[in-house]
Amino acid sequence: MSVIPDAPDPFARDRGGPAQPLLSVSGLIKHFPVRKAGGKKQVVRAVDGVDFDVLKGETLGIVGESGCGKSTTAKLLMGLIERDSGSLLYDGQAVGERAMPWRSYRRQVQMVFQDSYASLNPRMTVEQSIAFGPKVNGVPGREAVERARALLARVGLEPKRFAGRYPHEISGGQRQRVNIARSLALEPRLVLLDEAVSALDKSVEAQVLNLLLDLKAEFGLTYIFISHDLNVVRFISDRVMVMYLGRVAEIGPSDTVLDAPAHPYTEALLASMPSLDPDNRTQAALLAGDPPNPIDPPPGCRFHPRCALAEGVCSQKEPPLDAIRPLHRVACLARQPGSGHSAARADALAA
Amino acid sequence: MTAPVTAASVALDGGVLAAEDVTHGPEAAFAPSRGFWGHVGHRLVRDPVAMGAGAVILIVVLIAILSPWITPMDPYKGSMLRRLKHVGDATYWLGSDELGRDMISRLMLGSRLSLFIGVTPVLIAFVIGSGIGILAGYVGGWTNTILMRTIDVFFAFPSVLLAIALSGALGAGIFNSIVSLTCVFVPQIARVAESVTTGIRKRDYIDAAKLSGASALTIMRVQVLGNVVGPIFVYATSLISVSMILASGLSFLGLGVRPPEPEWGLMLNTLRTAIYVNPVVAALPGVCIFIVSIAFNLFSDGLRSAMEIRQ
Amino acid sequence: MLLYILKRLVYVTPVAFGVSVVCFLLVHLAPGDPLSAVLPADATQATIDEMRAAYGFDKPLPVQYLIWLWHVLHGDLGTSIATGRPVLGEVSRAVVNSLILASVATVIGFTFGTLFGFVAGYHRNSLADRAASAVSVFGVSVPHYWLGMVLVIVFSANLGWLPPTGAGPDGSGNWRPDFEHLRYLILPAITMSVIPMGIIARTVRALVADILSQDFVEALRAKGMDERGVFRHVVRNAAPTALAIMGLQLGYLLGGSILVETVFAWPGTGFLLNAAIFQRDLPLLQGSILVLAMFFVALNLLVDVMQTALDPRIERA
Repeated sequence: MSVIPDAPDPFARDRGGPAQPLLSVSGLIKHFPVRKAGGKKQVVRAVDGVDFDVLKGETLGIVGESGCGKSTTAKLLMGLIERDSGSLLYDGQAVGERAMPWRSYRRQVQMVFQDSYASLNPRMTVEQSIAFGPKVNGVPGREAVERARALLARVGLEPKRFAGRYPHEISGGQRQRVNIARSLALEPRLVLLDEAVSALDKSVEAQVLNLLLDLKAEFGLTYIFISHDLNVVRFISDRVMVMYLGRVAEIGPSDTVLDAPAHPYTEALLASMPSLDPDNRTQAALLAGDPPNPIDPPPGCRFHPRCALAEGVCSQKEPPLDAIRPLHRVACLARQPGSGHSAARADALAA
Repeated sequence: MTAPVTAASVALDGGVLAAEDVTHGPEAAFAPSRGFWGHVGHRLVRDPVAMGAGAVILIVVLIAILSPWITPMDPYKGSMLRRLKHVGDATYWLGSDELGRDMISRLMLGSRLSLFIGVTPVLIAFVIGSGIGILAGYVGGWTNTILMRTIDVFFAFPSVLLAIALSGALGAGIFNSIVSLTCVFVPQIARVAESVTTGIRKRDYIDAAKLSGASALTIMRVQVLGNVVGPIFVYATSLISVSMILASGLSFLGLGVRPPEPEWGLMLNTLRTAIYVNPVVAALPGVCIFIVSIAFNLFSDGLRSAMEIRQ
Repeated sequence: MLLYILKRLVYVTPVAFGVSVVCFLLVHLAPGDPLSAVLPADATQATIDEMRAAYGFDKPLPVQYLIWLWHVLHGDLGTSIATGRPVLGEVSRAVVNSLILASVATVIGFTFGTLFGFVAGYHRNSLADRAASAVSVFGVSVPHYWLGMVLVIVFSANLGWLPPTGAGPDGSGNWRPDFEHLRYLILPAITMSVIPMGIIARTVRALVADILSQDFVEALRAKGMDERGVFRHVVRNAAPTALAIMGLQLGYLLGGSILVETVFAWPGTGFLLNAAIFQRDLPLLQGSILVLAMFFVALNLLVDVMQTALDPRIERA
């Protein structure tokens, strides 16, 4: 049941059935050229071969340190920057080709940005910002405004009070609600939330997260939820993908990945998280230093210079992203039998 | 080894929803919402210096409009017998010029041409310069490089030199001096417009508008224009003062308005011979240029600070 | 650093090229024939054609430009139509006089501008700040040619302290550094100094206020540094920008001195330009504008390099 009168039922737009991923990403690569001193041309390997699926109706969390390629991935998925190579399949159709041009893709995939202020036009009222999308897509002005007001009400902002306000007249949490309302104005199936709650106060963050869960159930949405906050990701995600230096380190169901991480990097991320439970505090600081320079990533496994399990083989062989159990895939030689890593051999013997 | 995980930092009881965030805005409930320009106007009205400067500009503009009907004497009619009367004279309140024409009448009528040749170039340059700058800033890439490098060439000339060189080459006259001053200000405004637009283009709301499927033209019109016009306009107002001084300066050199039309710069030039006889009268047209120029500067400063609304 | 200078040079070259094109085209903007000023009204068509060929005006524009550029690159700016003397000589003599005037004015403007700016920036919203702000608004708003007239009225016509016009008692047009010549320099230099004074005061005020409001100053004070030490830090941080603006102002004054030079009959480039315009001596106009613009381009380059060398925050990549 939808608040928008003429909203097509999102479930009815489905093509490939529930088993087909809503979005299938493979071989995604983006290198940014940079010029260093001396005029040498180099590239930042921001996203360097990323594959994953987003299943229908799920929330896929993407985590990683800053600079790991989360935000670049988001922009690539939205087509805000052009990918160097790789493909996007939306419900089985290749995005950017005849069957699914970017224009129709974007009607179904929307994004909420981190900076709630920068993502709203300061010269437009809240209502104008929300109604802009429907208007440029041919919805008559009055109807677009009505839709904007209905959405405002739905995200918890009374239209009578908020519709005519400007972004600087409302609080950060309220602005992010407006941004969410705008992302829903085109009735998308997939919403990409790029650090959408990271800038909010903890109490406001919780309210917005709950709102997101409600909206997801109501409109039958699928979320990609990018965050550096593992607690938030654990709360909202069905599956989690961990990224490190432009590559996928580990992907699997939230509980598995966050309770029993297979990749040493995931383990280190979890360990470095401050715990509120005094009994649960770790002593070991597993993650030392900053991530290496993505211009010149280490050979082999990119994590090996910071990894406790690193062995000689780790600097020679790039680990593939292999399934270690159903739905749980890891790019770590130590977890891959036959990789030549001593821990992996032990695992294999034990198995 | 399992890393310890806590789930405590997110307080997720649904009960707190809508407590503080939703019900209370940062301002009093139902406060009337002003748009951006509403805020600017509100702040401008409370700035006494800017308001005073605005009043001076308004008065001068009114005089300029009404001068053909309100001058106390004929500004063109001279008298060889009544040359260079002093300020405070019973008939000539502000004295008379080197041809015996009434100063106050000539100063009043002179405001027309002085304002016209001072303000027009900035207005034209505002339109052309904004167009070039916004185009370069929004399209980017090679268009930007070509346009901005061309602009750089004009920046290689000090503005007074460029104005005089163009005027000198084109020849004297009102039209030519407006053309040369426009050429001086177009690059300056274009450069500001380009940098403002480039800054706006990187904002997330432009990305959001792209995601909604709007065409580049729609985004430019609806999302970009409203945000760049304000800063460019303020910059343009700050140029009016310089433009007035330069325009009158061109007339002062004999490159602008031609006699017998009254214009402050030209009057200053023709009265130069009288500085030993009647220095006060000789300096009067300069006082007018100075007052108007300072008023435009102060008003522009006030406008700029009124527009600096930090969120 | 050397690499940086090279980079700037590469960037400046097309600009300099563009400047030469603009200067060249200036002559062709002019209505009528550039020779009309020197030819007698009753000149026969044959004479006119002969003169056109002599000055090269009969060739197509791009060819004329290339020929002109070739000559310019070899130091030949052409011949003044009015005097028949080489333009380069006329311009160089004038440039020296203008440079003297502009430099003195810049130094005066910079000294007082910095002083006002520092006082205002250090004591924001005080009476001194208001006074300094008033000075800077005055500096940028006053029509300087009028200010020159007023100074002449007060100090020459009324008080009789200083000479009203010219560069020296002999009227030769060559300024020399002695007391008598110095008296001729005072009024025009003061007149010209008000603009840079206003601009520098405004910039320095903003710079100082900005630096003082930054966290590191608080940290220095908290560390126990005395006010003299803090002041040294402020100066070191404000200097690159202030010096850069001073350099640019020198360029503006050199190119923009025409109005003031006219008021004081100072035998500089402005005076030369004025003569060139009214005698419609287009080669002279073209040559002096080219020299001034190139001077400005070079000065910009120098300022840029200097600022980079002084400012540790700018990466010299």
